Amino acid sequence: MTREEILKDLQTRFKRDIVDLFDKSPKRVYVEIKPESLVPVATHIFRDLKARFNIASAVDVRTHFEILYHFSIEDINLLVSLRVKLDRKRPSIDSLAPVFKGANWIEREMHEIMGIDFKGHPDLRRLLLPDEWPQDVYPLRADYTEWDKNAIRDRGV
Amino acid sequence: MPKTVIPIGPFHPLQEEPEYFTLTVDGETVVDIDVAVGYNHRGIEKLSEMKTFDQSTFVIERICGICSTSHPFAYTQAVEDIIPVEVPERAKYIRTIIAEGERIHSHLLWLGLAGHFLGYNTVYMWVWKLREEICDVMEILSGNRQNYAMFKPGGVRRDLKAEDIPLALKKIDSIVPTLNRLKKAILDDPVLHARLKGIGVLTKEEAIDYCALGPTSRASGVAKDVRKNAPYAAYDRVDWNMIVTENGDVFDKAVVRILEVFESVKIMKECLRKLPSGEIDLNLKNIPPGEGIGAHEAPRGETFHYVRSDGTNRPVRHKVRAPTFMNLPTYKATVIGETISDASIILAAIDPCYCCTERIAVRTPEGKKLFNGNDLIGLSQMKTELLKKRMGLP
Repeated sequence: MTREEILKDLQTRFKRDIVDLFDKSPKRVYVEIKPESLVPVATHIFRDLKARFNIASAVDVRTHFEILYHFSIEDINLLVSLRVKLDRKRPSIDSLAPVFKGANWIEREMHEIMGIDFKGHPDLRRLLLPDEWPQDVYPLRADYTEWDKNAIRDRGV
Repeated sequence: MPKTVIPIGPFHPLQEEPEYFTLTVDGETVVDIDVAVGYNHRGIEKLSEMKTFDQSTFVIERICGICSTSHPFAYTQAVEDIIPVEVPERAKYIRTIIAEGERIHSHLLWLGLAGHFLGYNTVYMWVWKLREEICDVMEILSGNRQNYAMFKPGGVRRDLKAEDIPLALKKIDSIVPTLNRLKKAILDDPVLHARLKGIGVLTKEEAIDYCALGPTSRASGVAKDVRKNAPYAAYDRVDWNMIVTENGDVFDKAVVRILEVFESVKIMKECLRKLPSGEIDLNLKNIPPGEGIGAHEAPRGETFHYVRSDGTNRPVRHKVRAPTFMNLPTYKATVIGETISDASIILAAIDPCYCCTERIAVRTPEGKKLFNGNDLIGLSQMKTELLKKRMGLP
């Protein structure tokens, strides 16, 4: 399929799920979708369009959280970024890890640094932060403040 | 038979970088494996948000000591994608030359280490001696053996001098006969065939499922390479081949890397010969609000940077995705079911780079730091005192 056919197909297939489609440049498309539609849209792009999942990136924009799921469709040199906006009070979204294993680690990372809950993730243990890191402190949130790190400093010295 | 748990790490004489593997074995067979990472946190994503777009390039360059160009390459492309803008032709060629030189020495470094892991130290010594030549070429071209500091958003920081190019070309040519002998010695060695063929197999389906990258996926028959699929810099202006093999075992991963070195030599030489004249820098001043994505095929696979700007001179969010982040989880598919003696080379076969994978811990501009240099020296002195006392030394 060509680039135009893919975009047209996405728009008709997921008419109710797509909030906004921003055609930035020949190589980049940003598609905003409803959070509850993530799994069907991502599954379609990954399985049927044979895209590769690059990574997801979470951003705290103070009013809400944004997660961008980047997929590249290599045959036509197109990077599709799915954008979802999450409520800041209880950020939660369905996990993509059951669909493809490549999403496992990045969801663990976003879970610990942004405090986003991924429903249905098989293994939401901490990936990068130390065990002594307090619960409910998320380092890449915009309102992050420093906490007493002596707990780590005193360990094993 | 009761199962045994073998912990490896986080600090272990055989590991170059801290990581903690837990191998559950039944007899000699690995039945389960888990890895804990996070011992290398430097908080670079957060740090990058506190620097200007230009300063960030230097921070990003220090994510990885081996592939120091791969992150700035992706980052500068992400910043240029925000505007969007194309860099001058000469800058494209210079970027390609630096990136390929880095690929050559990075692949040779892995090859040496792989030999070392297998107890084949002749390969280790031989390859690393060869790698010196490429580091010298990089010094001739950029002034540095590592951390070339050539990249900046909008172009390159320094130009290549015309009088250096013949010398660099001569030096690159001088490694080719040794490379050929090395290729023959490694690929035709019956011991290595017996040791590496058929172990740690990552099938094509698994490689796609785990979204594996770079040589790890290309050895499994996934023909994906950012340089070919989404050409950037000068990669579509020179003639080169993507190396893909089918078996997915450790041997094939070695084959892909060795053959890629030859392709990189080809690209580097052609770029040096065809280097166009002209500007090398766009002198970007303001980065408008928006978001940009940059990807570069680093030696270990695609590095992926997402940068968001709000119109100030600093990025508001900078996401760094290193290739090992996607390649490391494939251990679940490759190590389980193999013997414990093969586990080390299978884990090494993805060419893991942990300092790239971990960057999240935090420093705030006004808050206190976790440890500074003096703290560390103090801790070290305390430990020396403690040891002296324990051993009864004056």
